[in-house]
Amino acid sequence: MKGLVAAVTNRLVILVPYVWLLVFFLVPFLIVFKISLSTTAIAMPPYTPVLTLQDGLSALWAQFGEFSFDNYLWLTEDPLYFNAYLSSVVIAGISTFLTLLVGYPIAYGMARAPATIRPTLLMLVILPFWTSFLIRVYAWIGILKPEGLLNQVLLATGIIDQPLVILNTHSAIFIGIVYSYLPFMILPLYSALEKMDFSLIEAAQDLGCTPVGAFWKVTFPLSLPGVIAGCLLVFIPAVGEFVIPDLLGGSQTLMIGKTLWNEFFANRDWPVSSAVAVILLLLLVVPIMFFQQAQARAQEEGR
Amino acid sequence: MKSLGNIRREFAPWNNPDAKPYIQFKNVTKQFGDFTAVNNLSLSIYEREFFALLGASGCGKSTLLRMLAGFEEPTSGQILLDGQDLRGIPPYRRPVNMMFQSYALFPHMTVEQNIAFGLKQDGMAKADIEKRVAEMLKLVKLSQFAKRKPHQLSGGQRQRVALARAVAKRPKVLLLDEPLGALDKKLREETQFELMDLQQTLGLTFVVVTHDQEEAMTMADRIAIIDKGEVMQVATPAEVYEAPGSRFVADFVGNINTFEGKVADRNGAGATISSADLLIRTSNAGEIPVGTEVAFAIRPEKIKVSSKRPETGDNVMEGEVYDIAYLGDMTIFHVKLGDGQVVKASSLNATRATDDPLSWDDKAWISFRQDAGVVLTR
Repeated sequence: MKGLVAAVTNRLVILVPYVWLLVFFLVPFLIVFKISLSTTAIAMPPYTPVLTLQDGLSALWAQFGEFSFDNYLWLTEDPLYFNAYLSSVVIAGISTFLTLLVGYPIAYGMARAPATIRPTLLMLVILPFWTSFLIRVYAWIGILKPEGLLNQVLLATGIIDQPLVILNTHSAIFIGIVYSYLPFMILPLYSALEKMDFSLIEAAQDLGCTPVGAFWKVTFPLSLPGVIAGCLLVFIPAVGEFVIPDLLGGSQTLMIGKTLWNEFFANRDWPVSSAVAVILLLLLVVPIMFFQQAQARAQEEGR
Repeated sequence: MKSLGNIRREFAPWNNPDAKPYIQFKNVTKQFGDFTAVNNLSLSIYEREFFALLGASGCGKSTLLRMLAGFEEPTSGQILLDGQDLRGIPPYRRPVNMMFQSYALFPHMTVEQNIAFGLKQDGMAKADIEKRVAEMLKLVKLSQFAKRKPHQLSGGQRQRVALARAVAKRPKVLLLDEPLGALDKKLREETQFELMDLQQTLGLTFVVVTHDQEEAMTMADRIAIIDKGEVMQVATPAEVYEAPGSRFVADFVGNINTFEGKVADRNGAGATISSADLLIRTSNAGEIPVGTEVAFAIRPEKIKVSSKRPETGDNVMEGEVYDIAYLGDMTIFHVKLGDGQVVKASSLNATRATDDPLSWDDKAWISFRQDAGVVLTR
């Protein structure tokens, strides 16, 4: 009897995350997918068919016949979407790489700091989250604009004699993404580096490795799980990022998050924007799933 | 002094005034902030010697090793290796290799890759590396584990990989930081002999750091006893044990009884030492004058215990059995003498039953020869 209760409780505990995923991920996804198969209409909601049971089951069945993949075809016909996807992936990729470049030394420094001050350093990394994301990105406008803080300092110190144009360029987007997502890079890197036995580096040097060589042959390979986790945590949200390109990138920046917003709010074309969202999801989820599987296999073979 | 024996009788370069030391610490001091880890220490180690640095944890012995490897620079003083001053030479350019206490095997590399690591850094040809790795694997009897990762090995196997990796480059000196510390007792004893064989086979100079005196006694040609960053004594294991230079060394290595007292009388090389109510006759008093405060130290196995008064003996004392520890191979008796001093005496259980059974609170006599103990002034 006791065993049965334990078995049932065990199942229930495992069930919780599955139910969570089902309710908050799979169901919304299916709704979006359904909308992407519909056609626009001047109505509320702005698409047809709207599935209801009002007219009986046969009417509902007939409505299924109205579904089509026309919206997906439309995405292939207009190069705007392809360019937006491509540019998003490129911008997110560059930003992720820059975040890694900035985050790695910080995480390394934290991992090698005396154990007593590490919690404080961790706290400092998380501290920006206490302020609203939107406000922090907004603040960058004040720093980066032609008459902003950065240009004033550079002009006053005589480093430049012409204000730099940073706001409304890709550089501003990179700065915004690196700044906003840095903690997501630092935390997994830190946890990977902190676990590392630093006598391994001494061993590498003892065997004839220069400090730089020891970094590339020992430290970096061992921190790779952290590098990958950090890059995924930055890259995935950065691809669909809307706020940063909208506020810092100006009007000419093409990113899929902005395209989606435009389709949804400016065009009121819910079906096409849903199709954009579904493709974006597939674009991100499928490679990541493959990647994670490969990683799990590698881990099983021997860490 | 009489020779106290040496396992490798022919090997004793430290007794040869013409022999040139291979490694020399000259007045080396190392400070970490306010803490002095090594204090004005001088030490000479000879080529092909198996040298042990023995001391309690925190005595500075590991710092000595790390300075030799290049991970720490001395605050002052000089370290010479084969006549070359090591100051400023980074660890990756020193002809020494170290076996780490934690083994520090690279977890992302196979056994083979771990051993080949140092050779690759030297830019050795690929075929030569393969040959050397195979040779090393054979030496440590791990040939069939070449493709395993460190986490798939047992503690003893990991220890051997670490050893193979450290000797693969044929360093001039191999440094071993508590090489057997992580192994269990049985394996440790086996490995001690393997290490000694390896050192003989390769003809390398070994410097080993250990806190385990048995380990140091078994393996080393000479032992340096370190305390608070200073050398207390450097000698062969037999000398350290039989002729400790100070109370600290006597107490640190093995078990010993010490009687604090004064030299009461001298006759030739012998002396009588008075300690509380006892008068101890000894023949090992050197030149110590009458009246000097000394300690008479004697190992438990050199004291005989019996239930009847022995007929002869240089020193015979009466007491009663205070405590008995039966260890199987031997029994340790704690005998309380008339003046309250407790003496430890061990007797080998050579036969299964003894005709002379002693029990708690029995009257007992202890006796020892006059050359059995040493007189310590420090």
